[in-house]
Amino acid sequence: MSKPQLKSAAAPASTQPPEPKATVSAAELGARQREISVSEFFTKNRHLLGFDNPRKALLTCVKEAVDNALDACEEAGILPEVAVRVEVASNGDSPPPASQANRFRITVVDYGPGIVRQQIPRIFAKLLYGSKFHRLRMSRGQQGIGISAAGMYAQLTTGKPVQIISRTSARAPAHYFEVQIDTKKNEPRIFENKKIDWESHRGTQVTLEIEGRYQKGRASVDEYLEQVAIANPHVKLVYHTPEGETKEYPRTIHELPPQPREIKPHPYGIEFGMLLKMLHDTRSHSLSGFLSSDFSRVSSKVAQEICKGAKISPHTRPRNIHGETAETLYKTIQSTKIMAPPSNCISPIGEKAILHGLYKQIKGDFYTAVTRPPAVYRGNPFIIEAGLAYGKGPEEAADKPERPKMPLAEGEQQEDDNELANVIRYANRVPLLYQQSACATFKAALDTSWRNYGVSQSRGALPAGPMVIFVHMASVWVPFTSESKEAIADYDEIRKEIKLALQECGRRLGVFLRRREHAKSEFRRRNIFELYIEEVVEACSRLKGGKLAKEKLKNQLQKIAKKRTGGAKTDEALGSRDGPEGLPHSIIVTAEGTEGEAPDMPEVAPSEEVPGDEKESAPPAGQKTRVDSKTKDKTATPRRQPKPHGRKKAVLRPAKARKRAKPGKS
Amino acid sequence: MARKKAKKNGAVEKKLVGVADTVISAAERSKDPTLSIPVRSLANVTFDEKRGMIEMGRRKQARSFFNVGMAKKFMQTVLVADALAELQRADLTTSLREIYYRTKHTIRNSHENTFDGQNESDPLIEDLEVTLAALREELHVRAENSGTVVGPLVLVDDGDRVDCTRLGKGGYSVPSIVEPEYIQITKCTADFVLLVEKGTQWNRLSEDKFWRRYNCILLTGNGQPPRGVRRLARRLHEEKGLPVYVLVDNDPWGYYIYSVVKQGSINLAFESQRMAIPKAKFIGFSSADPDRYGLPRNVGIKLNDKDINRAKELLKYRWFQKKQWQDEIKRMLSSGLKYELDALANKNFQYLTKTYLPRKLKEKDWLD
Ligand SMILES: Nc1ncnc2c1ncn2[C@@H]1O[C@H](COP(=O)(O)OP(=O)(O)OP(=O)(O)O)[C@@H](O)[C@H]1O
Ligand SMILES: [Mg+2]
Repeated sequence: MSKPQLKSAAAPASTQPPEPKATVSAAELGARQREISVSEFFTKNRHLLGFDNPRKALLTCVKEAVDNALDACEEAGILPEVAVRVEVASNGDSPPPASQANRFRITVVDYGPGIVRQQIPRIFAKLLYGSKFHRLRMSRGQQGIGISAAGMYAQLTTGKPVQIISRTSARAPAHYFEVQIDTKKNEPRIFENKKIDWESHRGTQVTLEIEGRYQKGRASVDEYLEQVAIANPHVKLVYHTPEGETKEYPRTIHELPPQPREIKPHPYGIEFGMLLKMLHDTRSHSLSGFLSSDFSRVSSKVAQEICKGAKISPHTRPRNIHGETAETLYKTIQSTKIMAPPSNCISPIGEKAILHGLYKQIKGDFYTAVTRPPAVYRGNPFIIEAGLAYGKGPEEAADKPERPKMPLAEGEQQEDDNELANVIRYANRVPLLYQQSACATFKAALDTSWRNYGVSQSRGALPAGPMVIFVHMASVWVPFTSESKEAIADYDEIRKEIKLALQECGRRLGVFLRRREHAKSEFRRRNIFELYIEEVVEACSRLKGGKLAKEKLKNQLQKIAKKRTGGAKTDEALGSRDGPEGLPHSIIVTAEGTEGEAPDMPEVAPSEEVPGDEKESAPPAGQKTRVDSKTKDKTATPRRQPKPHGRKKAVLRPAKARKRAKPGKS
Repeated sequence: MARKKAKKNGAVEKKLVGVADTVISAAERSKDPTLSIPVRSLANVTFDEKRGMIEMGRRKQARSFFNVGMAKKFMQTVLVADALAELQRADLTTSLREIYYRTKHTIRNSHENTFDGQNESDPLIEDLEVTLAALREELHVRAENSGTVVGPLVLVDDGDRVDCTRLGKGGYSVPSIVEPEYIQITKCTADFVLLVEKGTQWNRLSEDKFWRRYNCILLTGNGQPPRGVRRLARRLHEEKGLPVYVLVDNDPWGYYIYSVVKQGSINLAFESQRMAIPKAKFIGFSSADPDRYGLPRNVGIKLNDKDINRAKELLKYRWFQKKQWQDEIKRMLSSGLKYELDALANKNFQYLTKTYLPRKLKEKDWLD
């Protein structure tokens, strides 16, 4: 979001009047110079906030509302549960199909803390109003602009006000608001404000009506929500698509991620301008006090050291430091040895949760996840996490039996997987859907030598194969390449961390692939032997004129075969029992079942719309779906939900279509 | 076919059952069932100078069941042994092709065939022959009848008397099994046996009644002589004391045919004892003959690369080390030409019968 740009544009232009030109006098210019309201600025520069085209606008509106809902729930310590409904809006006549419609109504409901009545208008109808900007803490939103920008976009395109219902507790009434922005003044205009009956005891519901376009596929609302579900397995998400489908993303982690802590900025991380501002704004009366109380990792000793180094008295009033002195101070700070910032302010998703997310949403044979130890770029602590989902899943393999190998005629080609891996990127748990190639995560994925891990990769390309690469950067301040928060800037420290994480994932994938290959060939060997044993035994029996204990010979031969093909080890590698030895934080899925840290998938209601009360929560623990693979038959096979969208690689795998055997029960 | 002597061959059946015993006893000891099969290649034959025949060496290859590369072959070998034992018990003879069909079926619970072609079963029969030291005839497997004989010879075949002087130009078709149990030689007044490579020359000689004028037995195997023909020549040589002369084209293949008749084949070296005729002579067509008989150069055929390589290989064979043979082969190589017997027709149609062979016999112009 274009915080810096908005600010500079909004700043009074009179501080530094432009050089007068011959034709226009300074006085004339001066007459034209006036404050630009941020709202006006937005109207002209809506692309900066993600409203460049109708399709992206639809996504951005959903995204802002969902991000806020998740932030609010987490901050209030409530396990997030969010319902998103996107409907075709029409003016009376029968609505067009979703793919042709250009007007949509978006409703996002959370069961979070709610918003106090007085704040509602300003939150939804005043740009740059929020609770997250004035602090250094990991959260999805930062600027205090997201939801009001969406509201303004609605206002600009359809003229409809934002509708809000919010309630803070079962004892408090629910308030209904209709608000718009006064774009000149950047102040809310309230159209409606009343108490209503609301079935939810707590939470917030936002409704926006906008011009947009709904199209599945890359960078769609569907993809966004799916990716949210992957990175946030503690969230229960229900999505009513404009085509009338309902997609449920069940919760697989039943606890909140640890609360990220707020920290003060680290001296290495601030820019000169920021330092000036802090010097001006501080409540401290002395430089040393300012340094040690407004920054993290600056003890009074370090503060003294800085003052000495900069040859400024520690008792100087911070407000009086400017110009050259300030510059000297800035340089001295950068060259003083200061401890790295604390990293407990960051709350990574965690290996287990990433695994669950990937496993839940992406069909595959192998999953792994890595959370790197905290690192620092420019004074900002950050944590990189990476994950992999590899393969197409045993169901798919079984659905499509290997076609008999035929000699290929001229011009025919092995219709094989030359598809490339799919990179899914996150910053503070928010999926990044645009500008992939500008993103450090993408560059690091290209940089990694996947071939070392048994995956093919052409020069300068992503690895090939049915693979989803997950990268998450968690930080109090994620450096984006531009205000639109679409790509992570390519700092050396960041890229290095991403690569290390990807390499570890790759290494595990390599182990898995090699192991599976080995097991397969052993299995093939054993199969061959088993096949021929029968023949040999029969022939021997005939040779012996029928005087042969056939079963005995057969058993003896089978025993030898098993011994010679790796015995129980092969059984294991083929997925009958035991975890993926030597593969931490990984899940292996075979036709027989799942090994590793796989989550139990909660039962999901049939895919019809759940009427009325949508707040049906997950079933009590213990009532998990476990279908013994042995008993799988047609009736036990749950209906598959229609494929959620056209994405090829990360095929959404509805939880209920998953079957697994309890490990050890093979 | 012949039923009478069947019970005698209980020994062969026992050998075949031995294959099953190998499997059973290995399984009993939790060992990988393995057959040791003598290697059938040039590297594993020796030439017994004294006896003048090729003998099989001691090298053996292991064919194990629990080896991915060999498992199928092992299984197939057992199946072939089973089929051969069945023949023994039923006292029937059969062809290689029928063995293939008999053993071919789809393996249970699969789409895989036990055999996909006769080329898979044929070598296994040879493997069993050498492994069990059983002749193909003893295994009751016959080849196609493709040999012919005429001349002063009377045989009894399945109780029928066959007088080979009274069979017109066509002669008697030599069966593939000519063992005394099946074919008896009751009368033979010939002076020698002429074994001719090609049917065309044999026809010429038969038509011209060459056998009558020179009192010989004319045999042909239409190319590489089949076992029946070789075995009949050997019996005539051994039982009736007839010298055997071999008449082949002048090319490396001709030399090779001669060497198989004389010393035995590399592939089934162990059979040499019963098949080889170490005293057989090479009567022609020699690389010296074009000169001697004044054949023009233009009826020769240029040696191709294969011929040249083959000839060079022959030069290295232990049984071609005699000086005359080295000269013979080198002469062909240096001329760069090979000659078919048919080229003699360039002189006149009966040159072979009227001039060439009579002169050869008179001059005793042959190689040993
Ligand atoms: N669903 C909600 N429940 C509770 N509080 C909310 C909700 N949505 C928004 N808020 C409050 O409103 C503020 C403004 O939201 P807004 O999306 O405009 O900005 P932001 O989330 O702080 O930053 P960004 O511009 O990056 O989204 C938030 O900081 C939060 O305090
Ligand atoms: Mg927000």
